[in-house]
Parts: sequence; structure tokens; C-alpha cells
Amino acid sequence: MALRLPRIGTSQIVALGLILVANWIVSPQFFDIRLQDGRLFGSLIDVFNRGAPVALLSIGMVLVIAMRGIDLSVGAVMAICGAIAASLADSHSLPVVLAAALGAGLLCGLWNGLLVAVLGIQPIVATLILMVAGRGIAQLITEGRIVTFTSPDLAFLGGGSVLGLPTPVVLTLGMMALTLLLVRGTALGLMIEATGGNPRASALAGIGTRLITVAVYMWSGLCAALAGIVASADILGADANNAGLWLELDAILAVVIGGTSLFGGRFSILLAVVGAFIIQAMNTGILLSGFPPETNLVVKAVVVLAVLLAQSPRLGGHLAGLGVLFKRSKSGGRRS
Amino acid sequence: MIRFLSRLTPVLATAAVFLAGFVVCALIYPNFASLRVVMNLLTDNAFLVIVAVGMTFVIISGGIDLSVGSVIGFTTVFLALAIERWGVPPLAAFVLILVICAAFGAAMGAIIQYFELPAFIVTLAGMFLARGVSFLLSTESLPITADLYAHLSEHALRFGAGARLTVPAIIMLVVVLAGMVLLHLTRFGANVYALGGSRTATGLMGINVGRTTVLIYTLSSVLAGLAGIVFSLYTSSGYSLSAVGVELDAIAAVVIGGTLLSGGYGFIFGSFLGVMIQGLIQTYISFDGMLSSWWAKIATGLLLFAFIAFQQLTLHLARRSRRAPAGAHP
Repeated sequence: MALRLPRIGTSQIVALGLILVANWIVSPQFFDIRLQDGRLFGSLIDVFNRGAPVALLSIGMVLVIAMRGIDLSVGAVMAICGAIAASLADSHSLPVVLAAALGAGLLCGLWNGLLVAVLGIQPIVATLILMVAGRGIAQLITEGRIVTFTSPDLAFLGGGSVLGLPTPVVLTLGMMALTLLLVRGTALGLMIEATGGNPRASALAGIGTRLITVAVYMWSGLCAALAGIVASADILGADANNAGLWLELDAILAVVIGGTSLFGGRFSILLAVVGAFIIQAMNTGILLSGFPPETNLVVKAVVVLAVLLAQSPRLGGHLAGLGVLFKRSKSGGRRS
Repeated sequence: MIRFLSRLTPVLATAAVFLAGFVVCALIYPNFASLRVVMNLLTDNAFLVIVAVGMTFVIISGGIDLSVGSVIGFTTVFLALAIERWGVPPLAAFVLILVICAAFGAAMGAIIQYFELPAFIVTLAGMFLARGVSFLLSTESLPITADLYAHLSEHALRFGAGARLTVPAIIMLVVVLAGMVLLHLTRFGANVYALGGSRTATGLMGINVGRTTVLIYTLSSVLAGLAGIVFSLYTSSGYSLSAVGVELDAIAAVVIGGTLLSGGYGFIFGSFLGVMIQGLIQTYISFDGMLSSWWAKIATGLLLFAFIAFQQLTLHLARRSRRAPAGAHP
């Protein structure tokens, strides 16, 4: 039994707030936002802008994890789709570029989904295949070079702004809204939770668990493709070696911080996105505070452990046990 | 006898793939089939084999250890600093780092066991921690100039024609043999298999599940530390970014070697062959000179897929043949 988390996710939002305030303490101009050329600028906006790729990944990842799966390939899929987008950008129109990159993401997701749902391979292994081979495929596409492009249309997706907000943030919010609509607006979310809770029982209850599994992995591929497009649009190029490197781990971390249990079941897309921004706020904070950026990994490790221990069924049991003991000792005198 | 052979099928398949690959390479490049190439294969992949041996224990027990690459990186940095800056004698530094690694692995095993957390995420935290600490120690590539290092890299068993069995390769072969004995002939090894079969049943049989789990992760981290020592001997330096992604290579080698990722089944020798197949691909690419390095990743991915699909198929067939006699129930 996983520790029950409040549905509204107060703790995550408080944590994000605290980290932002801590950032404000180390850097007093943290909350300064100014409008320049119709786009908002400032450290706070930067946190959301830089955090967008991981936030996008975590939207797909949270669904996969809710199904008791895991998708290790998202970083490699980012590299593949970024490479496709960058190499097509100057010779094709934006819709073609987007269709090709997003289509590749869906295809990667389909591959993962088929391995998991049809061949019955454990998710961690099934997605490991694409994680290993995917970066090779991305390098194949870029022929080992760093492909650059000048197309302003694609560059807009990384560096432009809509209504003053940077495009990556808008895309993230849009993807989140779309996913929420699909998953929470229909019974799909319930079916995903049921499949994660008990796949056999769900199948017997008439849920098409296989189809849902494939669809969820495809959605994760789509989110990764979008993240890859944003990442390469941001740097006006694609680096198959480093694009999205280790971001699968950040995405998993974001989901875990967002309170979704790795054992499947209940999930929250919104809190996973908040988790992604918590990670980015920590990164920014460490940079602002003048600590060497190397501290970052150690801090992340400590945060993972702390969140995990808080989620741990055993620790939850101990705390509940303590609570019971406490209550007993209070009422014990009267009862005996 | 047939049953015994059929149990060995995955390892035999791996061996067949390795031999076939080697023959193909030798046919294309006549220089390939030399003792020198084989010895270089052993030396170049020594650290990876050592890690893969540890990973085999972890995976057979039904777990996974993502921290090994970072532990190697940490070990090389620690050794470089200890020997060059802090003036610790190399051998003392070796002992010290192995003790640190043992403590690190034991801590991860204890957290996995006593907080009932998935091994995957705990060792992921371990991966961040080890890599982060090595970044904190130093971000530069530090040369190691101790006499022992120069001496050890000179020392090798020579077979003529440039074929040398180097110290890293010897250490690796000893680790493989010791690992085979430990896994296949001792009670601890039997417990590892039992854990991979079913944790609950193992506990009910009276085996100390907690102790075994902690020992398995300790072993994996100690072997990663040893691999780090070998890696630093091989490169004569310490660098916090070394061995990034080695955990994936090790897992891939273990799977290609026929170990079931769901646990309960596998062989050390298979993992050794798995690493050798990856090394063969690398060597082929360097012999070719025209092929780019990314083909290695794609080839590894394809092999991984082929072996996993093969595993699923044999599992499926085994289940079906087991179910067939009990067909009384419709």
C-alpha cells in the first residue's frame, strides 16, 4: 500500500514555492520580470523555459509509470526527433518538419508499446533497447555531425514567444491541457490507473489493456518528440550525442516528486509537471547561489532519496504505527 | 544430459553468435584471427567484464544496479587524488576504495531491502550521488604517475607476436572464475537464484533475504570499484566523466549472455561472452575504419532485441509445454 498523497498536492506546490523563495534569497532580483520586445524576461521565466523539455517528458512519463511501466528511451527519442527536425528544417516547410519529427516519436512509442504489450517484455528492458540503439539512430540521421539550421519557423518554437510567454512554456502548457483533457475528460485515466493497479483484473473487467499500453507508450513518444523539437529549436541545431542525455532520469524523478508511485496506480499529470519545475528551480538556484554546478547531482540524489523514503510503504507503515501508538498512549489510561 | 544442455541453450546461443561473428571478421580481415586481437579484446574490455559479473548477480536476484558506471568514475577520481595529492600508497588506496564501495553498495542494498523500494530508483539515486561526489572531488582529468602504475602496465604475460595478457585481463579472468564458483557452487549463489525466483518463497524457506540482498549489492559495488581500479590502470588517469553509460553496456552484456532480466536464471560465463560480443563489434568497426562508431550502438540494440525476443519465445514455449500435460482443465 503506497502512502496516500493528498490529491491537491499541497506539499509539491509548497516545495516549489520554498525553492523559489530560497532562490530569491540568494539572488534578490530573482522575481524581477520585465517585458522586452513583447516577451517576458527574468530568472523566474527562465526556470519555466529551461524546465519545459523535462516537463514535456514528464507528461508522457507519468502515464507510463501509472501503468507500472517505465520509459527509459525518452532521451534517445528526443535526440532522434531533434535530429530529424534539424535536418529537415531548412529544406521543408514547418508542418512537414513537425509531422516528420512527431511521427518518428509516435513510431518509437509504438515500438516500445508493442514490445511491452504484445511480446510481454518488462518495460525497463523493452525501452532499454531503444535507449541504447536510439542514440545511434540519431547519429545516423545527423551523420555524426552537429546539424544546424537557420529556419526562423522552427527557431520560433524554441526562442519565440506567444502573448509574452516563451513558446516552450506555451507548448508545455498546451500539451498538459490536451493530455488532461484526454485522460481526465474521459474514462481513459481511470482505465490507465486500473491497468497499473492490476492488469489482469482490468483485462477481465473488459479494459483493452494492450491497446491502452501501446497508446500510452505512443503518447510518451509524442511528448519526447515535442521535447526534442523544442530542445533543438532552442539551440538552432541537433547534437545527437548530447540532446536529451540523462533527461529520462530527470523525467522519472519529476514524476516521483509529483507523488505518482512507481508501483503504478494513481497519478497526477499536473504534479509531475510541478515536479519538473521543482528540479529546474533547484538547478537554477544552485547556479545562482554560486555553488559549483557539480553540486547539482548530489542535491538531486539527496532529493530522490528523501522523496522515496517519504513514499516508502515501510516508512509509511512505521509512521502510521507511531501514530497509533501515540493515540493509544493518550487514550490508553482510560481504556485499561 | 539433454535437459542440462537445454538449460544451457541461451549461453550456447551466445557462444555461437560470438564464434560466428569472429569467423566472419576473420574471413573479411585475415589479420583478425590472431592471438594479439584476442588478447586486446580481453584487455580492452576487462573493466566491463568485471562490472558485468557483478551485474549478473544483481539481475539473477531480480534487481538492477544503475550506479556501477558512476562508481567506476568515482573510483578513478578517488584513486588519482589519493595517490597523487594525498600521498596514499597505491595499494592502501585500492583497499580504501574497495571498502568505500562496499559500504556504498551495502547502503543501497539496505535501503532497497528495508524500505521496500524498487532497486531501479534506489540505484538511480546512487548513480547521481556517486557521479556528483566525483564531480565535487575534481572535474579535471588527473594523470596517475605512481611507480606501481608504470610497473603494472609494463607487466604482462607475453605470447610472442605482440600478444600480451595484461594485468587488467588477468584480474578480469580471475574475477570471472571466482564469480562462477561463487554463483554456481556456493550456498550464497543458490540463495541468489532463489531470490530471483521468488522473494516470498525464499523468505519462507528460511533464507535470510535481507542479508542476501545487502550482500548482492555490496558485491556489485565492490566489483564496480575493482573495475574502476582496472580502468585507472588501463588509462593511468582519473576522470569524473569516465565510464558514463557503462551500466547500460553491462546490462546489455548480461542480457545478451542469456540471463533473464526477470531474475532466477543466468550464467556468469554468458555475461563474459556478452561483453566479448560487444568488444568484437567495436574491434570490427575499428578494423573497418570506414564505419562510424554509432553502428556499434545500433548493432548492440539489435542484438539486445534479438536475444530478448529469443528469451520470450523460449519462455513461452516452456510454459506451453508445461501446461499441455495438465490439459484436463479446459
